[in-house]
Amino acid sequence: MNAVTPPSLYAAHAKVQPRAVTGRVRSVKWAVLIVLLGLYYVAPWLRWDRGPGVPDQAILVDVAHARLFFFWIELWPQEVYFLTGALVLGAIGLFAVTSLFGRVWCGFTCPQTVWTDLFMWVERRIEGDRNARIKLDAEPWSPRKRRLKFYKHAAWIGVAMATGGAWIMYFNDAPTIAWQMLTGQAGLTVYFFFGLFTLTTYTLAGFAREQVCIYMCPWPRFQGAMLDDQSLVVTYRDWRGEPRGKLKEEGHGDCVDCGACVHVCPTGIDIREGQQLPCIGCGLCVDACNEVMRKVDRPQGLIGFETLGNLAASQAAAAVHAPGPARLAASMAARRFPRLLRPRVLVYGAVLSVVMAVMAGAFMFRDTLSVSVLRDRAPLFVQLSDGGVRNAFTIKIVNKTREVASYALVLEGAPGVGILAQGAEADAQGRPLLTTRADGITEWRVLATVPAGLRLPANQAISFHLHDAGGHDVAHARSVLLGPRP
Amino acid sequence: MALKIEKDAVSGTDTTGHEWDGLRELNTPLPLWWLYTWYACIAFAAVWVVLYPALPISGATGLLGYTARGALPAQLAAENAAREPMRARIRAATPEAIAADPTLRAFAVAGGRIAFANNCAACHGAGGQGATGGYPSLADDDWLWGGELADIHTTITHGIRNQDSEEARLSAMPVFGSGILTTAQIRDVTEHVLSLTQRATDPAAATRGAAVFTENCASCHGENGAGNPQFGAPNLSDQIWLHGRERAQIMAYITAPRMGVMPAFSGRLDPAMINMLTVYVHTLGGGR
Repeated sequence: MNAVTPPSLYAAHAKVQPRAVTGRVRSVKWAVLIVLLGLYYVAPWLRWDRGPGVPDQAILVDVAHARLFFFWIELWPQEVYFLTGALVLGAIGLFAVTSLFGRVWCGFTCPQTVWTDLFMWVERRIEGDRNARIKLDAEPWSPRKRRLKFYKHAAWIGVAMATGGAWIMYFNDAPTIAWQMLTGQAGLTVYFFFGLFTLTTYTLAGFAREQVCIYMCPWPRFQGAMLDDQSLVVTYRDWRGEPRGKLKEEGHGDCVDCGACVHVCPTGIDIREGQQLPCIGCGLCVDACNEVMRKVDRPQGLIGFETLGNLAASQAAAAVHAPGPARLAASMAARRFPRLLRPRVLVYGAVLSVVMAVMAGAFMFRDTLSVSVLRDRAPLFVQLSDGGVRNAFTIKIVNKTREVASYALVLEGAPGVGILAQGAEADAQGRPLLTTRADGITEWRVLATVPAGLRLPANQAISFHLHDAGGHDVAHARSVLLGPRP
Repeated sequence: MALKIEKDAVSGTDTTGHEWDGLRELNTPLPLWWLYTWYACIAFAAVWVVLYPALPISGATGLLGYTARGALPAQLAAENAAREPMRARIRAATPEAIAADPTLRAFAVAGGRIAFANNCAACHGAGGQGATGGYPSLADDDWLWGGELADIHTTITHGIRNQDSEEARLSAMPVFGSGILTTAQIRDVTEHVLSLTQRATDPAAATRGAAVFTENCASCHGENGAGNPQFGAPNLSDQIWLHGRERAQIMAYITAPRMGVMPAFSGRLDPAMINMLTVYVHTLGGGR
């Protein structure tokens, strides 16, 4: 047996130190970052007047009262399927966008990307750019290094606290809870979640960063299934760049092997190796390369957002030309506008439309009033002293409006059977008048009595109806009337 | 098995050296801190096992001595403290006042339902439906000792024919078969009782029985058999028969009655709970 030392399955993590870059993609990323962070921090402070006694926060998850407020929409816990629908829409929308434009979610809008970008900006402002940071990390501890590290972590924790604090605002009245948190009057739960989200923000954006995308996130693992050769991805035009080599030497392609694309990459990869899982598609290497191409006076776009189909077309066109401006023109001309209407896009689009239609329908026909009937099961029926038979029911009325309303209770399906709602008044016609609470569920115990002389089958289908003041039948629920076998 | 580390031709990555039917795995090293996180989790679990009851061994409570049962009294005390303001209002109110106030009534019905399941359902059934053989239904409109809130409150507080309370409701039907009445007389009076619900088949016997009834039964059950809640004497002219409605059952009962017993709850339940039970039981039968 020849012993071979097994290779280690673990490696020390090498910190990625991305360099700052400017350019068109970077500008878009800054704009997206400002808009998204602005939305996140500002949204809970928006007000929306709903009348007295109701929270006036536009977006609020009211856990204590089990209500979700979103501007004019107010959802009850049993309507959680609207939330499910929104998540399904989000997922399918993400699939559709990914198959059309590649990893724009990962590269531009994912919270992990946005906060990592913000933390890197803070780091850069305090410790300097890539080279300064690498140098600082290699230095022995000095007062200056200690000071810079302290400032950086203090600033990070500040941002993390703002992030964790803002999260709390979505679950409590923002001005109230902000004041309580600042003055130490908030509850233990609030501080726990504030601490938890502060800690996760600090850890994920400050330290874990690209490792979240590479090792933790499930999305990169299966989004390859949404991409095809017509999806827009960050691509190195190897037909132009290769063979790479120094600027001053002859016989090389456009890539001067400066390493700029690697130095700016937030996940520390080399895009020239082709499509790979750690590439989040942020396009910073596009900006970095264009900067260099401008300096060495070569055409832009050695790295660009390009479909793999077009890359293959360009490669084919390049193969039949000698290097030079003519080959570049011919290869770039060989590209076609990506086919947008592909089966996968159509399927995602169809699913998206169906879910949207179902949700819109469900929302339009959403009931603000509903009634449910639970019949007593022990006993199923009660024999009365005069030979009559009585059935007991629990009737619950859900009133989702903010107004108190009264409805007359009417039993249909068994003429001659009398009903009595315990604790309810009677209207002018002697029917039980059920007055519902505003924004709540009201419950009555209702007794239906079959008089002694009336013979009904042992199992008689009935229904309870609610009539409003105008006599309209506004809600009903079915049940059965049971009795001894005749 | 010897490991054969190879370089994968496509990716240029080393393999782990493991092979399964020709399939080889690429070695993509995981950052070491993942491994350390895992070790930290194991260490956490070890500390947990020492501090908390984690082993399926009786008496292994862990160093902190925590038990769920031990934590229960504090939780119960907190629950009771939270409910005390409402209970105090219910304790101070009469059952009539509770039934008239929607808030108190809702609280009483909810609490009474649980108290009923714990204390009453064993005899009276889950929904108060009772059982033949002496367990009265609380869901119908026939009440032996009265169906007003105050009557129900007294019955629950003091019980029936028990040794617990001096104020327990008392009454006893004589054992007519032990020499008071002859078998023939008992047969005749049974015929009369059946006639009260139009079920007599022997008019002559019923007429003879009527005289026996007036002499022996009417003082409690009333001249026309309508009963008297003061003595817990059931109405014999309605459709509800606690001990059976058939001729043989009625005869057997007159010969040797079996009197039901109910404990007094004054010593077992808090007055607030008795008030809640009263209101809940009252809703079962639709109230009177």
